[in-house]
Amino acid sequence: MFRTTLTTIAGAVLLAATVASADEIKPAVVFDMGGKFDKSFNQGVNDGVMRFKEETGIAYREFEVTNETQREQAIRKMAQRGSDPILGVGFAQVPAIEAVAKEFPKARFTIIDGVVDLPNVQSVVFNEHEGSFLVGMIAAMASKTGKVGFVGGMDIPLIRKFACGYVAGAKHANPKIVVIQNMTGTTPSAWNDPGRGAELTKGQFDRGVDVVYAAAGGTGTGVYQAAKDAGKLAIGVDSNQNYLHPGTMLTSMVKRVDVAAYNSFKSALDGTWKPGFQALGLAEGGVDWALDEHNKALITDKMKASVEQAKADIIAGKIQVHDYMSDNTCPR
Amino acid sequence: MSAAPAELPRWIDIGLIPVINICLALLVSGLIILAIGENPVEAMAIMIRGALGYGEGIGYTLYYTTNFIFTGLAVAIAFHAGLFNIGGEGQAYIGGLGVGLAILAFDSTLPFFLLLPLGILAGAAFGAAWAAIPAWLQAYRGSHIVITTIMFNFIAYAVMVYLMVNVLIKPGQMSPESREFAAAGQLPFMHEMLAGIGITVTPTPLNLSIVWALLCCVGVWAYIWRTRWGYELRAVGHNEAAAVYAGARPRHIVVAAMCISGALAGFVGFNEIMGVHHRLLLNFPAGYGFTGIAVSLMGRNHPVGVVLASLLFGVLYQGGAELAFEVPTITRELVVTIQGLVILFSGALAYMSTPWVTRVWRALLAWRAGAAAAEGA
Repeated sequence: MFRTTLTTIAGAVLLAATVASADEIKPAVVFDMGGKFDKSFNQGVNDGVMRFKEETGIAYREFEVTNETQREQAIRKMAQRGSDPILGVGFAQVPAIEAVAKEFPKARFTIIDGVVDLPNVQSVVFNEHEGSFLVGMIAAMASKTGKVGFVGGMDIPLIRKFACGYVAGAKHANPKIVVIQNMTGTTPSAWNDPGRGAELTKGQFDRGVDVVYAAAGGTGTGVYQAAKDAGKLAIGVDSNQNYLHPGTMLTSMVKRVDVAAYNSFKSALDGTWKPGFQALGLAEGGVDWALDEHNKALITDKMKASVEQAKADIIAGKIQVHDYMSDNTCPR
Repeated sequence: MSAAPAELPRWIDIGLIPVINICLALLVSGLIILAIGENPVEAMAIMIRGALGYGEGIGYTLYYTTNFIFTGLAVAIAFHAGLFNIGGEGQAYIGGLGVGLAILAFDSTLPFFLLLPLGILAGAAFGAAWAAIPAWLQAYRGSHIVITTIMFNFIAYAVMVYLMVNVLIKPGQMSPESREFAAAGQLPFMHEMLAGIGITVTPTPLNLSIVWALLCCVGVWAYIWRTRWGYELRAVGHNEAAAVYAGARPRHIVVAAMCISGALAGFVGFNEIMGVHHRLLLNFPAGYGFTGIAVSLMGRNHPVGVVLASLLFGVLYQGGAELAFEVPTITRELVVTIQGLVILFSGALAYMSTPWVTRVWRALLAWRAGAAAAEGA
């Protein structure tokens, strides 16, 4: 009862705001706990919205949450101020977006890495398992010992999705490959613990690993440093991290959250913003493996050919990469 | 304890000095805000208006206050027994697990008036059990409780991640969260209760558990100062050898005090899980257990002081969020800095201002005495 009243009022206010300035938008972004300078996921979003601001000159509101309850508070505040569209970053914001989007049916919301099924919400998820499959293949082909490693951040389903795709890719390239997996920690600090990342990586090297893939946010910098120190190979994640240590960085699993963030604001400005579900995989360019001047010496023509072949097969549907999140299991 | 603070009247000691300390902290914060090129007066105004100036702000402030009361009381009662409970964070986490498991098991069969006490009991039992192990180790094996309670925080994090990711997650979902509780398993929000009597306010996470927090304050006060057990607990805390001579049982007291402490911390889970989120999830203690130490220190380990200090921290949390929201150059890191300064000045440096306040007070007394003597002559 109360909710409906509030919704009506808010709707009316928002409508008035939209009519007043039809061509301008007032976008807003709510970053998650990692913060906008985490060198990884949130920073990707930050890059995207900054690019939007530079190109269009339209300023946006932003907030970085520090605890569970602030997500809903911040998103509701943005909506109350008439921000539109509102961009939520990370799967943890799903319940918050769901609650606020119901209260403000006239406002537009975009959630990255999560799905909210409402008529005013755009959900963008990435097929990380497909990108991880490709870098898994590269890791297996580059490994001389037949053992490759995986260092995850926090042990949550999303990271298991990365791990599962990676293992499948490695096995696709070399059925006898051994994959050693470690998770960094059990609290959100696992996303930014380079010291522990380095320790885990050294442990994996001691067990014979010679290529390691990090899907651990800021923790990855420690993983790459350890690989450089030991003269082994490492694979970056989310952003193209090949430039960090040329000669050590074998490749990166690129996840274009910056494009998703930019597109959300840009499409709202152009009037092409649409609600609904988007899964950005290899076919859409949402995920990919990175090849540039920093790592081209490490990638042989044979590796490149077979990865590109697998990529085409995945896009064509000839190779099915199992998505951990579809059933919360990973086939062995 | 160099200058004799006993000379100071009580109202200065527990009223004026904390206010002076907070003002000092705000002064230093103001200088920092000035240094980054913002107007400190405006920033303070945003902070206070954001926390206390309108319905939604007050709701969030009191919601934070609820959590701080629980953890503040938890630290206070352990402190009276001479124990330093740093494990509030883990006890809150496991307490929340208890609440969640109890509600998930019974929310389809039992009505609200039975689930309410069940949630309270489950939170208390799980929190107490998590505190009981370090307590037993301290009492019977001599392992230091500061070390063990900190370590138990880490075990609690790991246990929760394991359970949420592997066992309790709602299948087919990305986020490690349980299913939502049925309506019978949700504490009513304050805005829902007020709507029931015809008052409309913005929705906030403030819920019925704040009433339970205040009842806990009364309970803790009565227990510590009005019961034999409380007397025994304080005796052990003041001087264990003397207490033994008087017939106290320190080992029992250590375990009992820590169990009560853990139960109180566990009620953070009651507020968060049953009151706010209505589902089990990760990371909900969000540092409240650690902030409880500062709350208790600042409140001089007395329930009334704990309530006031909790209110202050509630204002800092909510006002800080508002500040970060309104002023783009003030980031969340700067807000944490301001909170840290308040803790520093009112906790760690609590006695810094005492000597000169004493000196001023003495001078004032002497001047008054002189004036009175002049009048008499």
